[in-house]
Amino acid sequence: MNILLLLYWEFCKIGLFCVGGGYASLPWIQAAVVDDYHWITMTEFIDIFTISQMTPGPIGINAATFVGTKIAGTPGAIVATLGFITPSIILCLLITYLMKKYGELSVIKGTLNGLRPAVVALICTAGLSFIWLSVWDTETIPTNFADFDIKGIIILLIAMIAVRKKVSVITLLFGSGIVGLVLGLII
Amino acid sequence: MNNENQQLDEAVSKLNIVPGTRHFFWVLFKSTFLISAFTVGGGMVIIPLLKKKYVDEYGWINDKDTLDITAIAQSLPGIMAVNASIMLGYKMAGFMGTMVTILATVLPPLITITIIAFFYDLFAHNYYVQMILKGMQCGATAVIIDVGLNLVGKLFKKKLLIPILIALGTFIASLCFNVNPMYCVLVDAIIGLMLLRDPKYN
Repeated sequence: MNILLLLYWEFCKIGLFCVGGGYASLPWIQAAVVDDYHWITMTEFIDIFTISQMTPGPIGINAATFVGTKIAGTPGAIVATLGFITPSIILCLLITYLMKKYGELSVIKGTLNGLRPAVVALICTAGLSFIWLSVWDTETIPTNFADFDIKGIIILLIAMIAVRKKVSVITLLFGSGIVGLVLGLII
Repeated sequence: MNNENQQLDEAVSKLNIVPGTRHFFWVLFKSTFLISAFTVGGGMVIIPLLKKKYVDEYGWINDKDTLDITAIAQSLPGIMAVNASIMLGYKMAGFMGTMVTILATVLPPLITITIIAFFYDLFAHNYYVQMILKGMQCGATAVIIDVGLNLVGKLFKKKLLIPILIALGTFIASLCFNVNPMYCVLVDAIIGLMLLRDPKYN
């Protein structure tokens, strides 16, 4: 089979079966690209994981891009990414259509009423684990709160004030990056 | 609901970018692209940033629809950020909206990884690059906290016991016991299905 078609099809399958998002999708990707097809080695797979932790973008897209590039250059990267998101597009548009048609049913409304507070809680959890990461450099609850990173606290405080002053999100991201660089130069 | 529509109207008239126009699609692409390009972290990180932009800054969509879409995006297979951007785009401006948001979400990591594949060492070990990333991470943290607190405030203002308990339970489960968000969402959906069908919870 044409290698581009194979890439597309394999990543289509990964996109369809990786439920749970984020790290939950790792085993699926690993099973296909490392174990079944040997497109990349386990070391390279761990590298992708490391890169993904510090670069923007979902790990799934990062893995698809990396593997695609390695197998068939930039066309490979594009085809693998397209394959990955094809099931998402179909499923999401289907759900949107169904919601339009049946969204007024009380069972659906009830379910969503239960989900909304859950999402609020999950956003708060993400916020807290990001505070741990920014100030204490750990992904879980810090074991020693006295061992904090002063630079993290300063940038976070400045950013909090900026958010209160209604600075636009993108300006804020750029600005915090610059503050980080400046602090790195002087401290 | 009326109240939320009013909020939307105010925000729209403030910035005057009407969904569906050419200018709207350009602004939508630009802001989604930049957020996707400079946000390190998964779905639950990028969605509050998109929410801040779409809901609070431009008023293109409301809180309730954004939370519904986030919950559905979490439960479907695939990449959560991509799922959410597909549905947010559709809700705001139909199929064209979807095409714009999905392209703007996927292109930045595609470009970044292609470039980084060549400069991996520089990227992984350079102190200044690390500090810029650290700064941007703190910036994203501030936005997530702001969005989280804002939503918690609204939740408590409604003074409905069960939704507050669901939020608390989910928060404790995911923070203290590391329960996979998928299972949290599944359990809360069942609770909602059984206990929250009354219109006062809508």
